[in-house]
Amino acid sequence: MHPTTRTVSHPVLSGRRITCSLATSVLSLALAACVPGNARQDDSLYQALGGPTGVDQLVEKLLDRCYADERIAFLFKNADRRDLHRLISEQFCAESGGPCTYTGRSMTEAHSGLQIGHAEFEAFVEDFTDAMEDVKLPYRTQNRMLKVFAPMQPEVVDQ
Amino acid sequence: MTAPCRPATRSYPIAAAVALCALASAPATDCTAGTRQLATGGASTIEGSAGGGMVPWAVIAGYGSREEIGGSAFATRTDTGDYRMDVQGFALGFHNRVEFSFARQQLDLVKLGPALGLPGAHLDQDVIGLKVKLAGDVLYTPYPQIAFGVQYKRQREFLIPSVVGAKDDSGVDLYLSATKVFLAGAGGFNAFVNGTLRSTEANETGLLGFGGPDGSRHLEFEGSIGALFTRRFAVGMEYRTKSGNLEGLPEDDWKDIFVAWFPNRHFTVVLAYVDLGTVATLEDQTGWYVSVEGGL
Repeated sequence: MHPTTRTVSHPVLSGRRITCSLATSVLSLALAACVPGNARQDDSLYQALGGPTGVDQLVEKLLDRCYADERIAFLFKNADRRDLHRLISEQFCAESGGPCTYTGRSMTEAHSGLQIGHAEFEAFVEDFTDAMEDVKLPYRTQNRMLKVFAPMQPEVVDQ
Repeated sequence: MTAPCRPATRSYPIAAAVALCALASAPATDCTAGTRQLATGGASTIEGSAGGGMVPWAVIAGYGSREEIGGSAFATRTDTGDYRMDVQGFALGFHNRVEFSFARQQLDLVKLGPALGLPGAHLDQDVIGLKVKLAGDVLYTPYPQIAFGVQYKRQREFLIPSVVGAKDDSGVDLYLSATKVFLAGAGGFNAFVNGTLRSTEANETGLLGFGGPDGSRHLEFEGSIGALFTRRFAVGMEYRTKSGNLEGLPEDDWKDIFVAWFPNRHFTVVLAYVDLGTVATLEDQTGWYVSVEGGL
């Protein structure tokens, strides 16, 4: 691997799913994301995250950890942190039922060429969980977030 | 997170696991743990394979992910008063795909020994295991992780089993396991479910040898269910059907409830209350199980 030659845009969980085909486990959220104007959607997870302020703090902690984690920091070397912060916040908000639209690329596109392995993905999940502990999210809220994002693993690794 | 690997107890198999660390092909070179999430390596079963306490799961031992090698080593004691079983062993997980395991069991006949005029008598068995993940991932696929396993079991001292009618001093168990973690699946807590189908010739899991007058190979079902109540604490229960081949020594199903503590990837403690029913004529064998494990 030659990490320094990798082109990095936003290598973490930062893409919108174009279709709903992989979203059986998060059907309601995915439907909400895919059907514009869907009147009522469950935003309880977004509220549990603490709304815009909570999401902002969570993403800040997450990026702190990722940039400091020698196992995956090289993936972020060429990324614009402000850009990443905005896109991940949008995604967290949208996927948790909040009133946001994710404007980034799809998960597969966003990670294309990065050749992220399973070990790197696992390291990220650990950092993500630690970040949720940093901002003192209740354990059950952490689990709901993991449930939303865990199924994206195949769209992130080996791209 | 670069906690150095270190032995968790002084049990010799753990030294083997730590030695393995030096060989591990992890990308980090400073002997860090594997990167899979906490508790996804399960615990060590009494037969050495990764799983609950008495039921093997589809998970691969240790915390190595696809690019890594992991492993675990353990020491376990089960005590029902009439029986006491000590097990030591280790398991190596290769690339989250293949698991090799070894367990050495010694069952002390605390009550039967003296009654038979054999004070200090014990039953001894080694179990060599191989497990291959066939499909899925406990966390990341909508369907369960599925694995196929083989356990080669060999008596180290066949005298007592042969006297009670066992035909062979060794046997092979084949099993198929499916294991799934349901994130936020139990009121927001992460739940896990495992089912294992086992084909075996064993009497009392092999401690009383293999085959006998009542037949030989038979099919058993084993299940585990539980939840993590924090990132580091799991509670669960297990059930394992059993039916031996020995005349006059009917077997009962085994069950247990357990608490597992995963303070970090290097250390796991499991406590359980076990109900083994009637074991070799002694009724109501209930007691405690404790397992201390080191992992990478």
